Amino acid sequence: MSMRIEDLCFSYGEHEVLKNINFSTEYGEFLSVLGPNGVGKSTLFRCMLGLLVPSKGMTAIDGKNIQSMSAEELARKIAYIPQSHSPVFNFSVGDMVLMGTTAQTGRFASPGKKEIKLAEDAMERLEISHLRNRGYGNISGGERQLVLIARAIAQQAKVLVMDEPSANLDFGNKIRVMQTVKKLTTDGYSVIQSTHDPDQAFLYSDKILALHDGKVLAWGSPKEVMTSELISKLYHVKVEMCSLKEDEIRVCIPMIKE
Amino acid sequence: MRMNRGDGNLNLKKNKISYSNIIIILFVVLILCIIGSIVLGRYPIGLEDTFSILLHRFMGWLESIGLPYMRVEIFWNKTQEALLLNHRLPRILLACLVGCCLSAAGASYQGVFQNPMAAPDILGASSGAAFGAALAILLDLNDTMIMVFAFASSMITVCLVIYVGNQAKGKRVLGLILAGIMISSLVSSGTSFIKLVADPNDQLPAITYWLMGSLNGTTPEDVLFVMWPMLIGLLPLFLLRWRVNILTLGDEEAKTMGVNAKRLRTIVILCATLITAASVSISGMIGWVGLVIPHLTRRVVGNNYKYLMPASMLFGAIFLLLVDDISRNLLATEIPIGILTSMIGAPFFIYLMSKDGDQL
Repeated sequence: MSMRIEDLCFSYGEHEVLKNINFSTEYGEFLSVLGPNGVGKSTLFRCMLGLLVPSKGMTAIDGKNIQSMSAEELARKIAYIPQSHSPVFNFSVGDMVLMGTTAQTGRFASPGKKEIKLAEDAMERLEISHLRNRGYGNISGGERQLVLIARAIAQQAKVLVMDEPSANLDFGNKIRVMQTVKKLTTDGYSVIQSTHDPDQAFLYSDKILALHDGKVLAWGSPKEVMTSELISKLYHVKVEMCSLKEDEIRVCIPMIKE
Repeated sequence: MRMNRGDGNLNLKKNKISYSNIIIILFVVLILCIIGSIVLGRYPIGLEDTFSILLHRFMGWLESIGLPYMRVEIFWNKTQEALLLNHRLPRILLACLVGCCLSAAGASYQGVFQNPMAAPDILGASSGAAFGAALAILLDLNDTMIMVFAFASSMITVCLVIYVGNQAKGKRVLGLILAGIMISSLVSSGTSFIKLVADPNDQLPAITYWLMGSLNGTTPEDVLFVMWPMLIGLLPLFLLRWRVNILTLGDEEAKTMGVNAKRLRTIVILCATLITAASVSISGMIGWVGLVIPHLTRRVVGNNYKYLMPASMLFGAIFLLLVDDISRNLLATEIPIGILTSMIGAPFFIYLMSKDGDQL
């Protein structure tokens, strides 16, 4: 078991966002979190990353409560991969990836040979070594997403939390990024992503967690939980689930005509 | 023009110079500028004189602590020695220190506030110093006390800004910047009031002259007074420079990468404030250095603070030293350095913008 969320509750003031969330992830497993906007996916992720302190319950990684870990220790276990963004200052891709190694660098030191090697290996793994001297602000959105993934690999965390990794990417890049992430899970990484795309969740996930009204509505393998009823209930739209290639792929089609 | 910005800047060039070598080159240039500045001046002091005077002093020191020494024949006159040791050298040293501090502070503030337009006075350090100095002049205090007042008032102002900013709800960085603007304008109104009630015959001109910024009349004691806070502030900024990179990505990302963003930002702000306060308390208002030099440096070595911080420090020192040379040599009367930095800084900044606006 890589990560365990136990009885997790969180409130912003009076407003209770997450109510008694329970689930766990395994190394080598790809988990997708589904749910409408504002259901608390980001809040859940923040609690997992130690950015928010839950009002009740806890997140444990490798059996240890993250609240008892130092920032450096936590960073070596779990990494966050934001949506591809453009920072204020344009760093080179190499520097951006190298920043992931900060948790292993001495407080008053700059990354040395060991850290540079980690960054180089991470870039090689994601096949972006040729971008190393380009500016992070000057490459495409898909490439940026790969750079952020490489940064998380260089951080040496085995649990990767991704906030809608395929959002804002074109059709081809979306598939390329997801294939790359999928490959990481077969290498033993534990990946947790939030997504708004049910088709994609079915295609890549080993487990699906559906959040509704701050609670876990469904939890299990895609074939068990991905039904038209679930999607209709989550997003309040009528859909039909089509099964293709002997149920290897399921596609969600909106029913716009009554 | 997004094209090749940040594409390693220099990597596009065929004969690429590594960033570490650029820093070494800058250091050598600084040494050459210092030597050149010693020779420049209304009263001639040659390199040979300088070397012999310094050697003579050094041997005197060796003798005083009982170590073997050699005699240096005195061939210079007393005026030269006094001028060199009491005026020219302290002033050169101070120009380097102030330039170094202001640009290091500017680069640091830009990083921690994730704002390329941040300058050393963003948290009110300059307006605070101006108020303190004006108050000391109003009370007819001596030069040393003016400096002490300016330094204390500058630090108090920034502490107040940090306190108010931390009380603000919502985004901490924005809260700090807004608090800086508010408190600065509050303190500036205090300065204006002091100008209003000051004696127009002697106090008012003194305040006005102080506000223009000048390194004129620097004494060795002044340099010793501000040198310690400067070194105490510069050292942590130099050591923590890699981590400033991570701060520029924002608090949440920094934290997931194992960096305690809030603590690091507080340390960097305190150090940057200390060196800014120390600089403006002795030099008065010297604008533009803290904004222009870091940007110029970004063009040369990129945005990675590992190289940006030391290169900014060296560039700043070189720039202010050269400007001060102009300030004391161009006309028979001294031109306040604050006027010159703005006159050179503003057009230069416009040039940088028009050359490749993408960086901003």
